[in-house]
Amino acid sequence: MRQFFRVAWIVMRKDLTVEVRSREILYTTVFFAVSCVLVFAFALVREGRPMDDAAAGILWIAIAFAGTLGLGRTFERERHTETLRALMLAPSDRPAIYVGKLLGVLALLAIVEAVLVPLVALLFDAPFARSPLWLVALLAAGTTGFASVGTLFAAMLVRARSRDVLLPVLLYPITIPVIIAGVRGTAALLQTTPDEPMARFWAALLVFFDVVFVTLSLWTFEPLMTE
Amino acid sequence: MKRTFAPLMLVAMVLFAAAPLMVANAPYEASMGLVQKIFYYHVPSAMVMFLSAFVCGIASAVFLFKRSAAADRWAVAAGELTVAFGLIVLVTGPLWARKAWGVWWQWDARLTMSLLLWMIFVAYLIVRRYGGAGSEKLAAAMALFGMANVPFVYVSVNYWRTIHPKTSVVSTLAPGMRGPFWFCALSFVLLYGLLLVARRRLEEQRYQVEQLHLALDD
Repeated sequence: MRQFFRVAWIVMRKDLTVEVRSREILYTTVFFAVSCVLVFAFALVREGRPMDDAAAGILWIAIAFAGTLGLGRTFERERHTETLRALMLAPSDRPAIYVGKLLGVLALLAIVEAVLVPLVALLFDAPFARSPLWLVALLAAGTTGFASVGTLFAAMLVRARSRDVLLPVLLYPITIPVIIAGVRGTAALLQTTPDEPMARFWAALLVFFDVVFVTLSLWTFEPLMTE
Repeated sequence: MKRTFAPLMLVAMVLFAAAPLMVANAPYEASMGLVQKIFYYHVPSAMVMFLSAFVCGIASAVFLFKRSAAADRWAVAAGELTVAFGLIVLVTGPLWARKAWGVWWQWDARLTMSLLLWMIFVAYLIVRRYGGAGSEKLAAAMALFGMANVPFVYVSVNYWRTIHPKTSVVSTLAPGMRGPFWFCALSFVLLYGLLLVARRRLEEQRYQVEQLHLALDD
C-alpha cells in the first residue's frame, strides 16, 4: 500500500516538475478558461445586468471545457515525447500510475478554479464568498469526479486516431451527473439565502459519484492499458 | 440457434401483424383518447432499449476482464440495437408529449435519462467506428461506464419536477389495455432477441472474413 502511494506521488511530482518548467498546459488552460467566461459574459450580460442564475452554470461549463483541454494535453505530452511506454513498463502497479496522473490533473484544475471563481464572481455579480466551505466542497468533489473519468479516457485515447475529438464525445455524456450536481449545488448557494441542505445533497451525490467512478477506473485501468 | 431462428422470425412477424389489431381494439384512455395508443409501442421500445444497454454493458465487462472476443461481438450487436430502439423511443415520445403535455420536450427525469443513455451509446458507436485500431476496448469502457452512470443520472435528474408517468402505471393498467400492452412488449422483446442474434452472427462472419484476408496476405 505504501509502495502504491509512493509511485502515485512520484508520477504526480514528475508531471508537476515538467509543468513548472514549461508552464505550457497551465497557461493555455487558464487562458482558455478565462476566454470561455468572457464569451459567456458577452452572450449573457445585457445592459450591465447578468441573467439570473447564470453564474453557477458558467463556472461549471468553463471548468468542464478547460478540464477537457488540460486532460488532452497531459497525455499528448507523454505521446509526443514517447514516454508513455516507459511509464507503462515501470515495475509498479498500473493503477498507481493512474492515481498519479489524476492527482496531477487535479492540481492543475485547482489552479484554474482559483482563477475562475473570482472572475465569475466579478463579472456575474455572484456572491461566492457567502458560503466558501460548501463551494470548495462542491468544487473539490465535482472536479474529482470529472477528472477521474477524464484521466482514464484520456489515457485510453492516447493510442486512438482523432483523440482530440473523441475525448469530449466520450467524456461529456458520462459526466453529465457531475455537471448537473455541480451547477444545482452552486446555484443553491447563490440564492438570496443560501440553501445549504440542498448543497449538501448535491455534494453527497458528487462524493458518491467519485467513489464509484474512481473505483471503476482503478479496476479497468489495467486491462485497458494492456496492449 | 440457427434452426430455431427462421420459425421464431415467423412468429415475430405474425405478432407484429396482429399487434395493430389488438391496439386498435383496446379501450380509449379517458383523458388522452386516441393519442394514448402510442403507448403500446413507446413503452416496449423503452424497455428493450434499457435491456439492450445492460446486455451491452455486461458483455463489455466480460470482454474487458476475460478478454473474450465473442463477448465483444455480443456487445456490438447490443450497442447498435440500443441506439436503434432508443431512436424509436425518442421519436414516439415527443409525438405523444406534444398531444398530452402540449410541448415536444420536457427536462423531466425519465426523458433526460433516456436521452443521455442514448447519447452514451451513440458515443459508443462513434468510438468503435472512428477510434481506429484497438477501439473495441475504448468502446467497452464507455459501455461499462455508461451502465454505471444510469443510477446517477436517475437521481440527479429526479430532483427536477417529474411529469412523466411512473413505471408503476404498467401494473395498474385498465384490464382492456393490459393484454395489448404485454402482447406488444413480448413482440418487441422477441424482435430484439432475433435482431441481436442476427447482428452477432454478421459480426462473427465479418471477423472470419477478416481472418481469411489476413491468412491470404501472409
